Amino acid sequence: MDFHGNENLRATELRLGLPGTPDDPPKQSPPANKSNKRGFLEMASGSRSERSESGASNVDNRESTVPPTKTQIVGWPPIRSYRKNSLQQPKKADANASGTFVKVSMDGAPYLRKMDLKQYKSYPELLKALENMFTFSIGPGDHSERDYYKGSEYAPTYEDKDGDWMLVGDVPWNMFISSCKRLRIMRGQEAQGLTCL
Amino acid sequence: MAYSFPEEVLEHVFSFLSSERDRNAVSLVCKSWYDIDRWSRRRVFIGNCYAVSPGTVVRRFPEVRSIEIKGKPHFADFNLVPEGWGGFVLPWIAAMAGSYPWLEEIRLKRMVVTDHCLELISKSFKNFKVLVLNSCEGFSTDGLAAIASNCRNLRELDLRESEVDDLSGHWLSHFPDTYTSLVSLNISCLASEVSISALERLVGRCPNLRSLRLNRAVPLDRLAGLLRRAPQLVELGTGTYTAELRPDVLSSLSGAFSGLKELRSLSGFWDVVPAYLPAAYSVCSGITSLNLSYATIQNPDLTKLVSQCPNLQQLWVLDYIEDSGLEALAASCKDLQELRVFPSEPFVAEANVALTEQGLVSVSEGCPKLHSVLYFCRQMTNAALISIAQNRPNFTRFRLCIIEPRSPDYLTLQPLDVGFGAIVEHCKGLRRLSLAGLLTDRVFELIGTHAKKLEMLSVAFAGDSDLGLHHVLSGCESLRKLEIMDCPFGDKALLSNVEKLETMRSLWMSTCSVSFGACRLLGRKMQRLNVEVIDESGDRPETRPDNCLVEKLYVYRSVAGPRLDKPNYVWSMEEESPELIRS
Repeated sequence: MDFHGNENLRATELRLGLPGTPDDPPKQSPPANKSNKRGFLEMASGSRSERSESGASNVDNRESTVPPTKTQIVGWPPIRSYRKNSLQQPKKADANASGTFVKVSMDGAPYLRKMDLKQYKSYPELLKALENMFTFSIGPGDHSERDYYKGSEYAPTYEDKDGDWMLVGDVPWNMFISSCKRLRIMRGQEAQGLTCL
Repeated sequence: MAYSFPEEVLEHVFSFLSSERDRNAVSLVCKSWYDIDRWSRRRVFIGNCYAVSPGTVVRRFPEVRSIEIKGKPHFADFNLVPEGWGGFVLPWIAAMAGSYPWLEEIRLKRMVVTDHCLELISKSFKNFKVLVLNSCEGFSTDGLAAIASNCRNLRELDLRESEVDDLSGHWLSHFPDTYTSLVSLNISCLASEVSISALERLVGRCPNLRSLRLNRAVPLDRLAGLLRRAPQLVELGTGTYTAELRPDVLSSLSGAFSGLKELRSLSGFWDVVPAYLPAAYSVCSGITSLNLSYATIQNPDLTKLVSQCPNLQQLWVLDYIEDSGLEALAASCKDLQELRVFPSEPFVAEANVALTEQGLVSVSEGCPKLHSVLYFCRQMTNAALISIAQNRPNFTRFRLCIIEPRSPDYLTLQPLDVGFGAIVEHCKGLRRLSLAGLLTDRVFELIGTHAKKLEMLSVAFAGDSDLGLHHVLSGCESLRKLEIMDCPFGDKALLSNVEKLETMRSLWMSTCSVSFGACRLLGRKMQRLNVEVIDESGDRPETRPDNCLVEKLYVYRSVAGPRLDKPNYVWSMEEESPELIRS
């Protein structure tokens, strides 16, 4: 027979237990099938009464992040995974929370920032905010002209819905807001290529 | 027969038979009817993709235009069937690509569909119109791009509840500008964002669009724009139903909804914010189908919304509706036929909402047309079940799930045998039943005695002995599908009812008391049954002694013999010999 060692046996052991008892393993998201092997020996040799008394079997789980609520059995309760997943999305207490925060990275900076694109009404405003955030200068002038980056060492780029990296400024502002997923301020050689367009 | 109708007349008569079973029956009357049916059959339903080979189907029915195929067993929905088990549709597509150039419709359920399959479909069938992938997996948005690019006459693309490898939303833009025939689009299962402007253009140029189910990623403030381009919509699934509360967005959305004069079905409502619900009120009086099973709103907003829909026939909702909401539903929705109540906290033993057996009793009292129920709750009594059964003898589908396995009647602490017994006794037309709570062999005796029309039975954590299973197999004349988990049913019942198994589509048993020996006997004895054991330990089948219990067993009738695409953890017992013979 197939012994995987005591640890696994304990993990697949059938036991009496009310929900919430201290030994319960933590709550898990839909379990991988392989993690719920029941001990064959338990089943083959276990008495009928032992089996019918047990309310649940423990499930070996390494991925849980939620505090213990109930021991879980694969296939129980009979709910589709996608339902469980959609319920587990954090509830947005505040509608504002679903705003347009995007990650902003700058080449060479030690950490990323986040900014809410909805705060700005136009490209010049956005560029000014970026300059302030990372204390650099995109270029001379007040950014009111279309040639924002002429001769600059920096080129602000963004990742759009399709996963492509685009230069900030080509599309109308509203289109940009709805398709921008993150921002990256390039500098150096690569930026030069873009800023000399 | 000396005198008979000319073939054309018979063919015309047969064309009025819409049910598969009727056509199958007709084909058995005589050789000539068999041939006429054979050549005129346009629609084929394959309930189990392994019951027959694609080649056999294609040879027998040369003129098929529409096919529906089902793959994995139902319990696959709850993660009981391991990855790679099977249900591959490719052999079917390949066979049909060669033989059915005029195929128009493919409907698949619980099958594995790859991008290659989708490409093959898009290139092989010039008049392809309908693709429904229900609970399927194995494909990505690249495959969808092929369908969008190549299927000029596509009417329906429905991905309901499928698991898609979502690479990007770009596939939608593959519908050419000249493509205008879309009637139904369901992308609710997709995670990634599609380009809203591409979607707007698509919707705008397809005047026959009747059904549009968006995915969560479609923001609420773009919904109005889409709705204005499709005022003829009959079915709508919103995207995320949350946004900053802005009066202009609210009034724009309200206006857009009020333009949907034909709307009958509403779904979606992810992340719903109550403040935006009133935007949809104008359509409520016409709504017959409402799916709020993702809507995390609570009472009073939830009940208020539901009570605005007096013509409701079908409601799917979370248990946030509570008993009070169900009582209101019973009072206002007299046409209700189907109710599904899903749990908001399925992994918590304690009740988080005030939903009990009383809610179901109220609805059964107040809604005379109610015949189909799926109800998750945390407590039940025999008295409630008896009451429900007496109120609604017209039930056809009754599925109950009590979150804690083996829960007794919480008032009397008795098993729920008597309650379910009342259900099967009163509801003579019951076709589908899922049991719940503490149950002894007695309930199975009652089921075997009374449930003569029962076609599908689901059982978990129930029964005392083989007798329970025996009652069902010997008594339920119409039984087609039986699925069992964690019950003490074993060899005796199975081996006493082997012929019964050939009259059924399939039997699933997991974590029961069936031995390898019994499976080997069954496999050898019944040539037209495939007896498959699922064993994930990594050992070889020969190492299992006869008295060892099997983890999972799937038995199904088949004329195709043992399947050739099994993963290494699925063992065909027809190929196994009992220990006695091996040694």
